Amino acid sequence: MRLSEVIQYAKGEVLNPSIFKDYEIVGGCGADLMSDVLTAAKPGAVLLTGLCNPQVVRTAEMADVRAVIFLRGKQPTPEMIELATQKNIPIISSQKGMFELCGQLYKAGLLGLEASWSDYHE
Amino acid sequence: MSDSLQELYGRTGRTITDRDAQDITRVEELSYDLKTSDVMSRDVQCLAPMDTMRAVFDLLRKHHISGAPVIENDSLVGVISQEDLMRAMADGDQHAPIQKYMTKKVITVKSYEPVVKALEIFARTKIGRLPVVDENEKLAGMITKGDITRGVLVAIRKDYQEEEIRRYRASHLFEDIISDRTSLILRYKIKPRDFTNGGQASSHIKRALLRLGASPQLARQCGIAVYEAEMNLIIHSNNGGVLRVQVEPRRILMQTSDDGPGIPDVKQALQPGWSTASELARSMGFGAGMGLVNIQRCVNKMDIESAPGKGTKLFMEIHLRSDEKFKAPPESPEGPGV
Repeated sequence: MRLSEVIQYAKGEVLNPSIFKDYEIVGGCGADLMSDVLTAAKPGAVLLTGLCNPQVVRTAEMADVRAVIFLRGKQPTPEMIELATQKNIPIISSQKGMFELCGQLYKAGLLGLEASWSDYHE
Repeated sequence: MSDSLQELYGRTGRTITDRDAQDITRVEELSYDLKTSDVMSRDVQCLAPMDTMRAVFDLLRKHHISGAPVIENDSLVGVISQEDLMRAMADGDQHAPIQKYMTKKVITVKSYEPVVKALEIFARTKIGRLPVVDENEKLAGMITKGDITRGVLVAIRKDYQEEEIRRYRASHLFEDIISDRTSLILRYKIKPRDFTNGGQASSHIKRALLRLGASPQLARQCGIAVYEAEMNLIIHSNNGGVLRVQVEPRRILMQTSDDGPGIPDVKQALQPGWSTASELARSMGFGAGMGLVNIQRCVNKMDIESAPGKGTKLFMEIHLRSDEKFKAPPESPEGPGV
């Protein structure tokens, strides 16, 4: 699925259009806990989150997240938008809730790119 | 991937490797990034509606082209092609004006549109060349599939070369400098409770490793480990601390040290879910008691030295697989150069 289609489902707004590219997105990860993203998200995922602070952008950078969608109408600060732009990570603001958007994207064929914690404790 | 790109690059019908996927993504990105005006030919041979078909013949032959736009009062009024010329020749009509044989309904592409737009038209219409017009519908140039392929290749070569040069310089560090034990040390001071800049050091480390020639997986693995460690300094240390990374041909050593408060029970701190993090740290999405556990997962070896009142030293070590190792100097007779 194209990032533009993901944005259509999210009814979202791209906050750093200058670096926007219509990437092919293979899967997603939904989390508010950044440690979960660092542990479980696989590279290339779109991250759906209700958390809104600079560490989300840093985490996205470290975990090779393709794009970040801030849910429930949360608005990142200009500093966060600037950081994401520097790191070449498109960020999107959406009014939708986590449950709803995850469900819609999954139904539309986007894979879950989240591993289980137990995968790492063999 | 769009149909037109598949057609252009002919990748259909075989397995796409990760490497291919990366290249395709870049080509796709470029087809959106590059504007038709970036790749079109500007030096266009034009004709007027009242020129003769004989003039078409002369022009096409002289410039080895297969068609030309027809211009009247600065406006594009048609295109004339080899096929139109053949029809005129078959009719014995070489003195007829161009307007009798030209195509008047011209499909154009705008100079500010991305090249993918032109590719879509090529795929849909089987036309081989398109006039490019500016916002005032004035002819700006012509574009062919060849122009696009050339433009994309030039752009890829350009950003490939820029990154390659940077990487080449960095990744030859270990080859050019001969010693019994070569390592590169990166050191960062981390301030306590600096949630705004938290992760900056890790970001620099990840970038440095990529420059040194680390694979994306290795850079990600190290990045995640040092990021968790950096956040621990920000969240827990009294006065901040130091994050130190030592890059060697076959391993990467990472270490954080601080001067307090120290961990009373290291074993407990290693339990998944155990955390003493503040509300503030939790509000940042950390402090779920997974940091150390996550580090353990990313590295080959982890050690903690800590005592209350004394401070904490966290050691992390990643061994590079043989296909991952940084370019090392020739091995000394005593053994590996580490």
